[in-house]
Amino acid sequence: MSVLASHHVVNGLMDRLVDPKSTLFQALAVVIVGTALGFLFDWANVWPTAWVVPIKVWISDLFRWLDKEATLGLFTVKQFTRTISWALKQPLLWTEYLLWKGAKPHQLLPIIWIAIATIAGIIAYNLRGPRIAMLVVAGIIGIVLVDSLPIIFGSIAKALRVQPLMAPEAITGISQLPADLLKATMSARKVRYVPWMTIVLGFGILGHWVGGWRLALTVVLCMGYLAVTGLWRESMKTFSLVVVAVPFSALMGLWLGVWVTRSKRAAKIITPIFDLMQATPHLAYLVPVVVMFGAGQVPALIATVIFAMPPMARCTILAIQTVPSDITESGRMSGCTPRQLLWKVQLPASQRTLLLGLNQVIMQTLAMVVICSLVGAQGLGHKLLFSLQQLKLGFATMQGAAIVLMAIVLDRITQAYANRASDYSHLEAKTFAQKHAHALIFFGMMAVTILASFYIRDVSMLSKKNLLVDSRDALELDKVIKTYTFAMIDFVRPIRDFITVHMLIPMRDFYHAIPWTVTVGVLAVLSYRMGGWTLTALTSGLMVFVILLVGNWQFAITTFYFVSTALVICVLIGVPLGVWAARSDRVAKIVMSGCDILQTFPSFIYLLPAIMLFRVGELAIITAIVPYATVPAIRYTYLGLKRIPAVTVEAAVANGCTPLQKLWKVELPVAVPEIMLGVNQTIMMGLAMTAITALIGGQDLGQEIYRALPTSDAGRGVMAGLGIATLGIIFDRLIGAWADQRKKELGVD
Amino acid sequence: MADDVQISCRNMWKVFGADPKGFMSKHGGAPAPEAFVSEGYIGAVQDVSFDVHAGEILIIMGLSGSGKSTVIRCITRLNDPTTGSIMFEGSDLLAANDQEMIEIRRHKMGMVFQNFGLLPHRDVLSNVAFPLEVQGMDLATRHARAQEMVDLVGLGGRESYFPRELSGGQQQRVGIARSLAVEPDVWFLDEPFSALDPLIRAEMQDEFIRLQQMLKKTIVFITHDFEEATKLADRIGIMKDGRMVQLTTPEEMVLHPADDYVAEFARNAPRDRIVSVGAVMEKLNGKSRSTANAIDAKAKIGEVAEQVLTASKPVPVVDGDGKLAGQLSRERITKALFGSEDL
Repeated sequence: MSVLASHHVVNGLMDRLVDPKSTLFQALAVVIVGTALGFLFDWANVWPTAWVVPIKVWISDLFRWLDKEATLGLFTVKQFTRTISWALKQPLLWTEYLLWKGAKPHQLLPIIWIAIATIAGIIAYNLRGPRIAMLVVAGIIGIVLVDSLPIIFGSIAKALRVQPLMAPEAITGISQLPADLLKATMSARKVRYVPWMTIVLGFGILGHWVGGWRLALTVVLCMGYLAVTGLWRESMKTFSLVVVAVPFSALMGLWLGVWVTRSKRAAKIITPIFDLMQATPHLAYLVPVVVMFGAGQVPALIATVIFAMPPMARCTILAIQTVPSDITESGRMSGCTPRQLLWKVQLPASQRTLLLGLNQVIMQTLAMVVICSLVGAQGLGHKLLFSLQQLKLGFATMQGAAIVLMAIVLDRITQAYANRASDYSHLEAKTFAQKHAHALIFFGMMAVTILASFYIRDVSMLSKKNLLVDSRDALELDKVIKTYTFAMIDFVRPIRDFITVHMLIPMRDFYHAIPWTVTVGVLAVLSYRMGGWTLTALTSGLMVFVILLVGNWQFAITTFYFVSTALVICVLIGVPLGVWAARSDRVAKIVMSGCDILQTFPSFIYLLPAIMLFRVGELAIITAIVPYATVPAIRYTYLGLKRIPAVTVEAAVANGCTPLQKLWKVELPVAVPEIMLGVNQTIMMGLAMTAITALIGGQDLGQEIYRALPTSDAGRGVMAGLGIATLGIIFDRLIGAWADQRKKELGVD
Repeated sequence: MADDVQISCRNMWKVFGADPKGFMSKHGGAPAPEAFVSEGYIGAVQDVSFDVHAGEILIIMGLSGSGKSTVIRCITRLNDPTTGSIMFEGSDLLAANDQEMIEIRRHKMGMVFQNFGLLPHRDVLSNVAFPLEVQGMDLATRHARAQEMVDLVGLGGRESYFPRELSGGQQQRVGIARSLAVEPDVWFLDEPFSALDPLIRAEMQDEFIRLQQMLKKTIVFITHDFEEATKLADRIGIMKDGRMVQLTTPEEMVLHPADDYVAEFARNAPRDRIVSVGAVMEKLNGKSRSTANAIDAKAKIGEVAEQVLTASKPVPVVDGDGKLAGQLSRERITKALFGSEDL
């Protein structure tokens, strides 16, 4: 039977080999011709350096010109970028003062406060009506007042102090109080950021409001960690960037998304830009920003805002398009103007999708803010980068954990809020205090902790001696990790070296040995098969013009080698896990929550275990990519299997399939298009991660970006970034076209 | 008759495709069915003309894909027709600009949707008050008005509930209340009861009749349920493949269907409740007889069936003035009840 089957397969192969219309025949022809050309001419093997078109130089010149000479009519580009920097710096300064620098509120012009209150009030009015708008404005006034408490107390104290002469002896004890108050307030005015206790408890109350006690406890523990390990100030530096970037990204994304749904022309222009942006790795955003804006917090903010905006725009488009037509039509029939329709019908009706978009924005923002440490952004990422570069693994672990915990807090709270906010149900009549219990407790807590912070320094910021975990513990941890990794390295090194020398390097060399003509040719044949001439022109055109002509071929092949190797491992791990999860709900629960957690981690974090295990080198790079990129392979396999109609599976069982036959002959073939979409995601994430692994070596496109950063070499960085995006887009289009074709054949959608 | 026409559609076409207007003008305004297929266009509404009279219930029915929902969306201009004209209360509706259209919808049109179209983030009262809110009515006035509507549809006490907390029937009551809140001249109902269970549907139909007896609106009602149509309609229009096949009273439709398609619909109609005595009686042509125990010509045959069937002789029929109009025999009423062709 099996002999017959293999005979059949061989026959089929032979048939296809000699059929000029088969993919196999055409691909083989391309390989033979390409290799032959490679033997004959050197240029067909490796693109000659002399033929490289100096696009990188042109781009660098363009940026230099933009920076130095270009004008936009009345003002120069330089002035324009400076203005943007200045405008972004204002809210950042304010959050920084509030969260960790400390300052007097009157340093901010009253006009800024009025502007903030007005804008927030208008937004709240549009979204939630007049009552909530009043609450928001009152809240902001409250913040200003609380912020001014020391001055108020100070004045009262001063006023009282004039009086003691008139006071009888009996109350001199009391008259001491104003003096204390004055002293405390005067000293408190020097450092007046929001105390850590206020923020931690505030998060706890927020957590309880949106998700109950469990979430509250999780949040308090996670945020508490930041305080008791002495990482509070760094955390708040990171957090203040997030706090400023998120509203910008979210509002711009919302606006762009709305625009796309309203105007076909906008959709035509913006959608491909978003596709390109999505395929471009984090790191690539940094180069042009550094060239135009320099290094530091503000450029980090700009890169972050640009990077984190597309998911919000996508979610907005999705949200508006998925509002049931009955609801939109009922809004129009109620006599809504287009603006009323948007603000009162479409956006609120799709609130959940929008809030999940916000969640994505926040997570992307945090990931990007951490990576921005490469361009000198302060905060946890900066510390982590420093520790990694020094191989201070104990510190790195503590700082990495801080980033992860912050990510978990932000993720869980926004997700819980998205679910809570769209879970509409009526209230039984309640008193004002019951309705606003959380707000009241919050304001009470705030008043108490802030007042307490005037007297007890540790409420504001834990002093070194009161930390639960301090740098000595980190050193201890460092030693422990080093001991273990040193102990392990004896085992690990031979394995690492074996895999590297006997598996990875030969593979890399093989990839590099393939003439570019063969690679481009095979790509063209595949593209033509999947999507005709348009796709062929797109993929091979991109490959030639963005990578080959530019002189990035070798780097791109190395990137491809990292990603493809990681991909094989991801699929080998991810697909079986997905299948297993689809078999058992208990397993599914564990695996899926594991995926959730892995997805929450900012990408930078994945370097940590790789470095601990393998230090630097190719195996370390692949080890960093795999856990990050496996998640979609698992998820899509699981979903693909779960979405198979029950009837199909039942029919297979009724036809007498064994469980294994059922899987191989029915379920997997039907689920393959879905699984391939997961593979697609895996490739995208792998590409994004290879860029970040530039920190631990590799001669790939990511490394090119990384090297372009300190020298502000715009052309080099931009073209390397576009190269990675190109690889991503090629994979995406090929797999997308294939999956569409297959889905059509299977009649599933 | 002409002055009580509230809406008048003439030669209305709605074509979907790449360039519907160009396609229409290329084919001289009336493309043949083959042209649609060969050029990849869909003619959702094809050359439809009809009038809606003030105070009547006009029901447009047809199977899914027959274009009935598109017709109602053309009249409300949720979808603009490709060609044709629509007069609304004597003025050209298609000439109205966006702002005028918004004003017309705010004051003259109300619509109920198959899947209710309620705003999930607003409670019952606020959903009903929504059309008033977008007009800019102040909170107190609109809530008072919405409260009246909520009470009218029997949802008093549930004002603070959200749509997802209500049953389907209750949700559609909210939809009805909302569509009536602005006191529209014309009330559009797009398969309002199709998403409901049969029992609830019957209850809502009765509720609808009760409301209409009170409000006497001009109504355009879409359904795919012939029984529902005959129960509620003054006139029924049947649509097939985008065309209006027949538009007449339920009785005419049952007794004289325009073609086999209509006849197929009419076959299972409850004739006892649709056909009146006058339509099936035997004319006496001047002969006279006693009017003792006479039945009314306007009565439905189901109401008099027992009397006619148990009588030994044909029963006399009188018109509204009590004058003798004809007689109805056992044979005739049996034929009428069980749908014999030759009446």
